[in-house]
Amino acid sequence: MSGQRGGTLRHLIRSPRGAFALAVLALLAITALVSLFWLPANPNQSNISEAWQSPSLTHWLGTDSSGRDIASRLMAGARVTVLVVLGAAIVSGLIGLGLAIISALGPRKLREPLIIFIDVLIAFPTLLLAIMLAAVFGSGIPVVIVSVGIGYGVQIARVVRAELRQINAEDFILAARASGLSRWAILRMHLLPNAAPVFVVQLSLAMGLAILAEAGLSYLGFGAPPSVPSWGLMLQESQSQIAIHPAVVMWPGLAITLTVLAFYLLGDALREAMDPRLRFGGRRADSVQSGDPA
Amino acid sequence: MIRFLAVRALTLLAGLFLASLIIFISLRLLPGDVAQVIGGTSASPAQVEAIRERLGLNVPLPLQYLDWLGGVFTGQLGSSVVSGTSIAAEIAEKAQVTVPLTFYSLTIALIVALPLGVFAAYRRQALPSRVLSVLGVVAAAVPAVWAGLLGIVLFSTWLGWLPSQGFPRDAWADPLTAIRSLTLPALTIGLIEGAVLFRFVKSATLSAIGAEHVRTAMSRGYTRLGALVRHGLPGVGLSVVSMLGLQVAGLLVGAVVIEQLFSLPGLGRMLVVDVGQRDLIKVQSTLFVLTAVILALGALVDVVHRMIDPRLRVEEQ
Repeated sequence: MSGQRGGTLRHLIRSPRGAFALAVLALLAITALVSLFWLPANPNQSNISEAWQSPSLTHWLGTDSSGRDIASRLMAGARVTVLVVLGAAIVSGLIGLGLAIISALGPRKLREPLIIFIDVLIAFPTLLLAIMLAAVFGSGIPVVIVSVGIGYGVQIARVVRAELRQINAEDFILAARASGLSRWAILRMHLLPNAAPVFVVQLSLAMGLAILAEAGLSYLGFGAPPSVPSWGLMLQESQSQIAIHPAVVMWPGLAITLTVLAFYLLGDALREAMDPRLRFGGRRADSVQSGDPA
Repeated sequence: MIRFLAVRALTLLAGLFLASLIIFISLRLLPGDVAQVIGGTSASPAQVEAIRERLGLNVPLPLQYLDWLGGVFTGQLGSSVVSGTSIAAEIAEKAQVTVPLTFYSLTIALIVALPLGVFAAYRRQALPSRVLSVLGVVAAAVPAVWAGLLGIVLFSTWLGWLPSQGFPRDAWADPLTAIRSLTLPALTIGLIEGAVLFRFVKSATLSAIGAEHVRTAMSRGYTRLGALVRHGLPGVGLSVVSMLGLQVAGLLVGAVVIEQLFSLPGLGRMLVVDVGQRDLIKVQSTLFVLTAVILALGALVDVVHRMIDPRLRVEEQ
């Protein structure tokens, strides 16, 4: 199993999309880590006399309307992004996997109502869910994480459920059942490993969408509080000055787009790296079989 | 067909019921004391009691729920706690911005995605198709706020072609001015949703080109283009129709952020303002109306798809 996983990573790095995605995400992680210990300047320190400075050695990307260092705010904003991405991945992963398993393999009486429930939640837009939670609990990053986690969790559930149903109908599952494996063992040893590629790809997509949701919600004032530098908030702050200083809007927008793109491409590259049929182009059937957990 | 309609109507009703429950429980049960939330932390106990009395919050919750649900179906949504205006009237007024904006952006998304998606699939290896496909992925990664801000800089600040913000006070009295102020917002959402639709149209067209009935048409002497247009594209069109419900939902929700960005007096902006003012009763009704529209659109698209897709008709017989 470990050898197979190493193979996935190797394939990921070899594909241009995978390498690009991993590079951007590594940069994001390193920036967020470094920002915890060191920043070029205090990201919240305003200094009106230094407003709208051009990029220089002291202010790499210049300063904003209240003289705050843009590079430092951008670096500190990476923390919020990492937090939201990890939080949304954990919540949506747990919800998605849990609902998928119960609605695919659970008690028959539970399945149908659960599927309708999932469908309604999918139709319920994530942004509206976030606004609703913000109305009740007040704004903040936890509201963003929970609403994005639920919103994309149910979408993951629908896709993974379909995959689990399909695998469950395969002959090797029947064989496993006939050989006396318990339902739990079949789930752990056969169903989950085979559904893992679909799950991981969906999760990576959800992580990208979570960043977009954070940006929109922070822009609306439901996300990060004003004291916490976040990329969505930086977009909002830049709006009032956009006619005079259009350059300031570029940095947070570029940072968001690049990171979201990295997650999309990671999903694409993972799909190819984890699917043995795509990996070998269908030519090396022998190694496909030896690599298959079934 | 009648059986299908009945089943679809039932699932729609179940969906509406579930959505109303989720919204009601979230906004009435989770906050603890709704009257206290509406009044704010500075409200005196007497004021909170007055709010509770006025909004009927001291009757049992199931009764409150039935009362609200009855109001929703008769169009009696009550009045706003903050402004005192009728909620139903205000939703109808704000919809005059949001609904045209949604259809405007849908038109843009379709105009962009349909021809380009078919082209990118038909000439898959050509350079423009590859560029388009890269653009399609990148555009889906762009935050709507940023796209809107860049649009303002380009079309308003630099070129001066379109207004940067706002909507005429007399609304649609001068349709041309109204359309002009909706153009930049519609372009922003339309192009982003168009990127998603583009990728869908492209993959649908690709599978149509590879489909057996299209290849058969070619073997009968149709050109590749002729076979695709005559036998492939009808199927692509049907797949697009089945996607429209999701698309419109995406555009409607996208309007929330975009209305804020462009200061448009629509439903999304109203919702954001109401949340800020803790007008929970109004938020509850607005959320339900929006969700109901999205669920109903989904059902409508399913029914239309069923009616116009001959393959589904054959299966039934």
